[in-house]
Amino acid sequence: MVVFGCGAAGFAALLAWGLAGLPSFGHFDGAYGQLLAHITVPERKATSVIAVTTFDFRGFDTLGEEFILFTAAVGVLVLLRLQRGEEQVPADPQTPREPVAESLSLRSVATALVGPVLVLGIYVVAHGALTPGGGFQGGVVLMSSFLLVYLAGSHLRLGGSRPITAMEVAEATGAAGFVLIGLGGLVLAGTFMENFIPAGTRGSLLSGGDVPLFNIAVGLEVMGALLVVLGELLDQRLLTRKESD
Amino acid sequence: MTAVQATVLVVVALGGGAVVLSRDPARQALVTSVFGLSLAALFFVFQAPDVALSQIVVGAVALPAMILLALGKIRRRERAAEQKR
Repeated sequence: MVVFGCGAAGFAALLAWGLAGLPSFGHFDGAYGQLLAHITVPERKATSVIAVTTFDFRGFDTLGEEFILFTAAVGVLVLLRLQRGEEQVPADPQTPREPVAESLSLRSVATALVGPVLVLGIYVVAHGALTPGGGFQGGVVLMSSFLLVYLAGSHLRLGGSRPITAMEVAEATGAAGFVLIGLGGLVLAGTFMENFIPAGTRGSLLSGGDVPLFNIAVGLEVMGALLVVLGELLDQRLLTRKESD
Repeated sequence: MTAVQATVLVVVALGGGAVVLSRDPARQALVTSVFGLSLAALFFVFQAPDVALSQIVVGAVALPAMILLALGKIRRRERAAEQKR
């Protein structure tokens, strides 16, 4: 306790010292921030400086982040699927699933929310170059709309017998699309991830050159990766439930 | 710093404390979800709407959902182990 007290007091003192030296809110004066804020709109005709920074000026970093997510999802898949083989229980996604939620009101609300949330996700992905949001945010919103389909249980069912396979395809398509757009820059503009699409007019939906394309690719990838992980976890849950019965 | 920013900072501090102080893991997951939502408000108030958007879904939906799923799996396995004994 004494050691913890000394540590906490020292940490608090250092933190207070550090915070006292920060510039006040809204008075940031880094060179890169100023530079990006001034050249983004004239050069790329996109109004979301953040989207242009992540997908254009430091697009290579985003490529790395994209594949961190991809690798993490694949790692989870490998872990969970191996376990399924060990248990020798065949996964049976062909049989219609039992409604997950027993409460009728929860299922009704989930059913009603699926459509609006799906549209919101598509909107956030499509307007990534104009307003806050973009591929990652929109992809996560899309993921939650499919989670709602699962919650809605018997009211709604995804078409296709194996939604997880479709999600794997979405994840892989997104990841591959990102690299292919980058390679398109290499072929058509001379540098990897260089913008090769006309920037368009400022404020229209198709502005910002290849930034909207990158947004769509990232949206697909994020949605697919998260759904694959969640789907595998849910599958496991169903499997273990069957075992214990 | 405006009054809104100060309020949200206090709410976030209280929420973080609440997450640590709730002991039951399932309840903790739900408190985490509310805490994630207050964090989203914090990001929004400090002019980072991009981060706020992803925080809403990741912090308030995806993270608690994964925690709950993992908890459910662990509990079921424990129950199965007890039955075998």
